[in-house]
Amino acid sequence: MKYETIIGLEIHSQLHTKSKMFCGCSTEFGAKPNSNICPICTGQPGVLPKLNKKAVELAIKTALALNCKIEPQCVFARKNYFYPDLPKNYQISQYELPLATGGHLDIEVNGKTKKVGITRVHLEEDAGKLVHKGAARIMGAEESLVDLNRTGVPLMEIVTEPDIRSPEEAKVFMEDLANLLKQLGVCDAKMEEGSLRCDANISIRPSGEKKFGTKTELKNMNSFRAVMKGLEAEEKRHTETLEEGGKITQETRFFDDTTDTTSSMRSKEYAHDYRYFPEPDLVPVEPEKKWVKEIEKTIGELPGAKRERYEKELGLPPHDAGLLTSSKEMANFFEDTLKLYENAKAISNWLLGDISAYLNNEKVPINATKLNPELLSGTLNAIDSGKISGKMAKDVVLEQLKTGKTVEQITQESGMTQISDESELIKTINEVISSNEKSVADFKKGKKAAVGFLVGQVMKATKGRANPGAVNKLLQQELSKL
Amino acid sequence: MKLNELTAHEIEKLIQTKAASATEVTKAVFQQIDAAEAEIGAYVSITKKLALEAAKKTDERIMNGEKLSPLEGIPVAVKDNMCTMGVLTTASSKILSNYKPPYDARVVENVKALGAPIVGKTNLDEFAMGSSTENSAFKVTKNPWDKNRVPGGSSGGSAAAVAANETILSLGSDTGGSIRQPASFCGVVGLKPTYGRVSRYGLIAFASSLDQIGPITKDVRDAAILLNAISGYDPQDSTSVEKKVPDYTKALKTDIKKLKVGLIKNLTGKGVEKGVKEAFLKAAKKLEELGAKVEEVTMPSFEYSVPTYYLIAPAEASSNLERYDGVKFGHRSPDAGDLLTMYYNTRREGFGAEVKRRIMIGTYALSSGYYDAYYLKAQKVRTLILQEFEKAFKKFDVLISPTTPTVAFKIGERKDDPLAMYLSDISTIPVNLAGLPAISIPCGFADNLPVGLQIIGKAFDEETILQTAYAYEQNTDWHKRKP
Repeated sequence: MKYETIIGLEIHSQLHTKSKMFCGCSTEFGAKPNSNICPICTGQPGVLPKLNKKAVELAIKTALALNCKIEPQCVFARKNYFYPDLPKNYQISQYELPLATGGHLDIEVNGKTKKVGITRVHLEEDAGKLVHKGAARIMGAEESLVDLNRTGVPLMEIVTEPDIRSPEEAKVFMEDLANLLKQLGVCDAKMEEGSLRCDANISIRPSGEKKFGTKTELKNMNSFRAVMKGLEAEEKRHTETLEEGGKITQETRFFDDTTDTTSSMRSKEYAHDYRYFPEPDLVPVEPEKKWVKEIEKTIGELPGAKRERYEKELGLPPHDAGLLTSSKEMANFFEDTLKLYENAKAISNWLLGDISAYLNNEKVPINATKLNPELLSGTLNAIDSGKISGKMAKDVVLEQLKTGKTVEQITQESGMTQISDESELIKTINEVISSNEKSVADFKKGKKAAVGFLVGQVMKATKGRANPGAVNKLLQQELSKL
Repeated sequence: MKLNELTAHEIEKLIQTKAASATEVTKAVFQQIDAAEAEIGAYVSITKKLALEAAKKTDERIMNGEKLSPLEGIPVAVKDNMCTMGVLTTASSKILSNYKPPYDARVVENVKALGAPIVGKTNLDEFAMGSSTENSAFKVTKNPWDKNRVPGGSSGGSAAAVAANETILSLGSDTGGSIRQPASFCGVVGLKPTYGRVSRYGLIAFASSLDQIGPITKDVRDAAILLNAISGYDPQDSTSVEKKVPDYTKALKTDIKKLKVGLIKNLTGKGVEKGVKEAFLKAAKKLEELGAKVEEVTMPSFEYSVPTYYLIAPAEASSNLERYDGVKFGHRSPDAGDLLTMYYNTRREGFGAEVKRRIMIGTYALSSGYYDAYYLKAQKVRTLILQEFEKAFKKFDVLISPTTPTVAFKIGERKDDPLAMYLSDISTIPVNLAGLPAISIPCGFADNLPVGLQIIGKAFDEETILQTAYAYEQNTDWHKRKP
């Protein structure tokens, strides 16, 4: 039987604010344990939360970018559960009345645009971190230590509709969302560091069936790869279970990325009753329309719109447009270079070819290198005017990424300039002709391919500095003289 | 008369004219504590050293000729559910028996900044849950008028300390009547401000949407003085309201001609003791004599106020009290074992019976499947009660009732009958549900025990209830009677 996979995601991202959600403590990552804490975020008796307006602003910004409706009134709610990383033993979150609802994010999968619905965007506070001795989890540990530095860091939860149809789509969605969050400047969106986290609900149903199958919730996917691998494993498990006549149990499962398998964490019967109720210590938030408009103005062009513009206005292939807009740094670099050099495709080829290879290798963003749009456009102009060959340009750009030198400096220092001078070239060509009698004879017999070999020999003799176009032309000319 | 027997405004004059020093006043208070405390048991802890240091600073300011605040050198007792930095703050619970807060509650900060020495921390029903102060984990506070009787609660320690002259002023908190009912039982003045008038920052939460801090004092002027000191918007308390604070002492006028007074008829009927009713009706008559127009009004929704309150307050409490788990502060069971055992044993040992009862009621009311039927429904009734008040206030400037249906009851009398205990707050609870201000002032005696008159006002109209109370007080002498 053929099955259709249904996936919905629940994403948590740490908002890029200086201070925590409900107190003035720093959100700095990596500080000494329990150094960024105060009476409020440690849940001392009598303290009250004070809402960080910046966190609301960043969530509104994101919600607008996700085409959501900003609710005229949103209410914080307490989610009650006991755990030592949660000092109050309730988390301030949102429940019935979230900040924003009803949006969508368009992603591109295999060249096709896909619309994924966004159910809601809301704000909540992060919990602390536990370190266990003697066991991996708190149960069975000899002792457990609590670090409350992360407690109260603002989190934004984004919930999607069950619109995703494959693990790959889920991965692309997460990548595009991460890119969007980074471009908006609301979150650094690093899954590996936990600033972006994702849980997934997955179910399968026979193709054509309307009713949803039983879902499982999958946790602990800590990279884009893990999102795909975890959902693939779960998709496979669902399919195999059903094909064998088995039943899927509604439960929460844990993904292990060392084995790419999932295992049961807790079943529905053990699900928490969070006893949500409106947080009486905070008043409802009613974002003023004027404020929302101001926030909207700060959004700028989003990756999706940019991608479309690159395709439609610059005529770039979807592949190029997608990659160039996949990070803010790359898109900015591309556009700045385009102001100095008009061939968009040529810029794209360089950025996505040799330059990206270098960046991937060094694991740095383009703005952390010494290359800049002025240098790159200079190099591209040098190719066009024949000062350097495309092959030489590869070395030049590599050098520029490391040193930031101009094309002129590099060619001068290394004697790398292209030889276009005809008399100099003819001299070399004649030397090549006289020392390669067999190839010359082949050519005369009508074997055109022999020219290629001879051009190669000239390039070799000039250490690649000869202008290939000129060599070709002059070689033909000299051969015809024979 | 001894210094500790005076009111704050009387002492203020003495201090400002250098007729008495702050140190003398503070010492007089501690002398009385030494004499009476063993019998009354108003305090959980006494902060003599800190109080005398503060008094000394005031005296230095006087010597330097600095401008003095009205609270300068006036001893204040603070209910032990308000945080005091570095000073034991227990909420009269075993679970916080070793807790020293790292910060001052906003009200504590305010009175300290005005130069008032903090005498000590007063006893209460554990986490302010109760109406007799018998639910304290540490001691039972006695009513200074009759030591076999309760002082009321939960601010029983604060009210008893004022009545026994063991302080000049005190701060209480009121969630369902916890300032007004003990003030009534102890024959003193207690004012619960409008919800949002006074910052709750640093008040150990019982029921967040109902809790409010207010003064318990010897007379109405003192209540106005202390209210001035603690009122106002606090950015740290999102539920406090950004509204200008008037000088409440300016509202203390004796003229209440044309004041429209609504007498809440259904709070004078069933369950109200004869002596209480008589004293109350005489007080209403007195207001009429003073020129007020008194008319009866019925508030039918009040019938539902106690059940409504006993869903909302425990629901919020069940969540507010989750933080007492043995992890970070307070009591941790020596028999902790693993995580769940630590939670279970810590809370089993740390909380008293009434607190446990309310945590269980509240947890149940918030549970999935019951939330709509209990918590949500209670919130709807709450809205109805508020609307009924709003309707009444279209017609009246203030509403009056007996503060409590009975005078102070005997220690132990209601301890094992929670429902009877809960009903002692029947007249005060609707006011908290509606977030309104109300004051209780002495209005007579029944069986030689004080009776309280409750005057309820419109939201943020503390001025009119103070004015009404002041006019009544200035034309009677109940407040001058001492145990």
